[in-house]
Amino acid sequence: MATSEPLRPPLASAPRQRRGRRSSVRSWRLRDQVVWLCAWLAGALLCLVAGAIVVFLAVKGLAFLRPSLLVESPSASVDQAGSGGFLDPMIGTLTMAAIGTLLATPLAVASALWVVEYGRPRRLAALVETAIEVVAATPDIVLAIFGLALFQFGIFAPLSFRAGAGGVYGRSFFAAGIMMSLIALPLTYTATRNGLRATPRQLREASYALGKTRIATIRRVLLPKVRSDIATGATLGLGRIIGSTAIVVLLLGATLQNSPQGSVPLLGFLRGTGSTLTSYIFENSPAGEGNAPQKAYAAAFVLIVIVLVLNAVVARISRVGAAAAGSSGRLTL
Amino acid sequence: MVVFVTARAAPLFSSQGLSWLGSGGDVDTQIGAMANGATHVQVHLWPLIYGSLLTTALAIVLALAISLLTAIFIVDLAPARVRSLMLPVIRLLASVPSVIYGLIGILVLVPFVGNDLISAGQKESVINVIQLTGAGLLVSVVILTVMVTPIITALTVEALASVPRSWHEGAVALGLNPVRATITVSLRAIRPAIVAATALAAARALGEAIVIDMVSGGKSFSPNPADGLIFIYEPLRTMASTIIDQGENLSVPAVRSTVYALALLLMVSGLVLSLASRLIRRSFRRYELSS
Repeated sequence: MATSEPLRPPLASAPRQRRGRRSSVRSWRLRDQVVWLCAWLAGALLCLVAGAIVVFLAVKGLAFLRPSLLVESPSASVDQAGSGGFLDPMIGTLTMAAIGTLLATPLAVASALWVVEYGRPRRLAALVETAIEVVAATPDIVLAIFGLALFQFGIFAPLSFRAGAGGVYGRSFFAAGIMMSLIALPLTYTATRNGLRATPRQLREASYALGKTRIATIRRVLLPKVRSDIATGATLGLGRIIGSTAIVVLLLGATLQNSPQGSVPLLGFLRGTGSTLTSYIFENSPAGEGNAPQKAYAAAFVLIVIVLVLNAVVARISRVGAAAAGSSGRLTL
Repeated sequence: MVVFVTARAAPLFSSQGLSWLGSGGDVDTQIGAMANGATHVQVHLWPLIYGSLLTTALAIVLALAISLLTAIFIVDLAPARVRSLMLPVIRLLASVPSVIYGLIGILVLVPFVGNDLISAGQKESVINVIQLTGAGLLVSVVILTVMVTPIITALTVEALASVPRSWHEGAVALGLNPVRATITVSLRAIRPAIVAATALAAARALGEAIVIDMVSGGKSFSPNPADGLIFIYEPLRTMASTIIDQGENLSVPAVRSTVYALALLLMVSGLVLSLASRLIRRSFRRYELSS
């Protein structure tokens, strides 16, 4: 661990919050000194891993990223020079994020409002909580395969298309997007619920005292109050959607190009199959069928930049929200 | 959802009872035969279950150790400037998409392990049984550890922050050094939160499909600790990555019911995990912070 040395101060100059006679680490018992050392190493290790990932992806990504990659569609080709760029996967990622967030956010906010503000009958409210917990605990691969079983039903045929033999294919932007919303839902729900629970009673009571109805209170008082919580939750969900691979691989039909079904412009696109950046990386890694590491690195770089931007957005929103609420910033996942 | 997945898995139960949970034969060949249209294949999925359990358990143990140490580091040791660096770092590690971890695993770690860590002699010694390429238990566990460590760390740090400052200060005033005070007082106070974080991380590790599919070697070989140290290089396959693998064969009824049985198993284990964590937390209730 030679590289972690610079982060670790020499034993004598211990961190400054410890003062007085017992301040020196040297005076500790040996056992505690070992823990002290391991703790520093663990901290340094995590920083090192995170730094290494970002730097490595930046170096590899910038080496292989060409502007043309961003505007070309992928195409089947034997050599990497001819296999095109990842315009389609980027559109796919955006579409996925849009569908998932647009579906999840209203649903999550509505259920959080109902559970916190009304919550009668109690049983039903508890059931909603449990259901959302179950969804949150379900691995996305299980969500994906559940979605596949669901959308292959005849009544969902309009959301995808019928395969040659007449069976419903069950894989489309609609199908994947709806399942994606289930990934984002628990995050947005929890953030909104916690925001609502942290809102002082007096605020509601003041609003009632002014003669406002419950609905008006929710709309005029509570929603503006928890707006930053909703935004944080939604952005976290967005990050999860963008990073999810299993659902895309199973539910979007593993075509690298977005292939619309039918002639209606937008609807046909959404009923068709396609790819996202994550599935593009997966297919282009040695584990997938493409085996074009250079393309995978370039796409991974684009993806991590998106994630970093989202992270910054979350940090900003929660800082603004915390400043407004007067509470301390929390470390959210 | 439960009903759905169970219904799809039902044919396997009705044809084989619960024997598919056991071991016997080679799962890869069994599933392969099913995919090719064989109807009466006895399938034994134990190697996949074992693969999932092994990777998850090892990764959780490692991640728990690293996380607790990092939490101590962040709360007690790190100078303010380092601390303000650590939080974004952990948030970043938690939000890196899993496929990127997989990519780094398969393009960097697997060749490194395959070429530099495994000696030619070791490869030769097992050449008749299995081919060691580098993809296997070691890389899977390392990657999973990196993936779940930030989850446990973040939740632990958050819980530590909720411990009344005076408890810690009281312990220090009694003559403990800050690290010992955190271990004996603060960490003990947040045991429920640590259990919850571990359960969450275990669920994540158990359900991780794409990454394991990329770096585990994709063979349903069960790494056996009795083989000596070499077992950490042996390939394996988990339940979740099998689902990804067989995604294309879902139109074959036999494969489909097998895959849905795996999904059911994953779902049940996720529920069992959250239930277990709730039970353990209840037994800690008397330590809970009164806030």
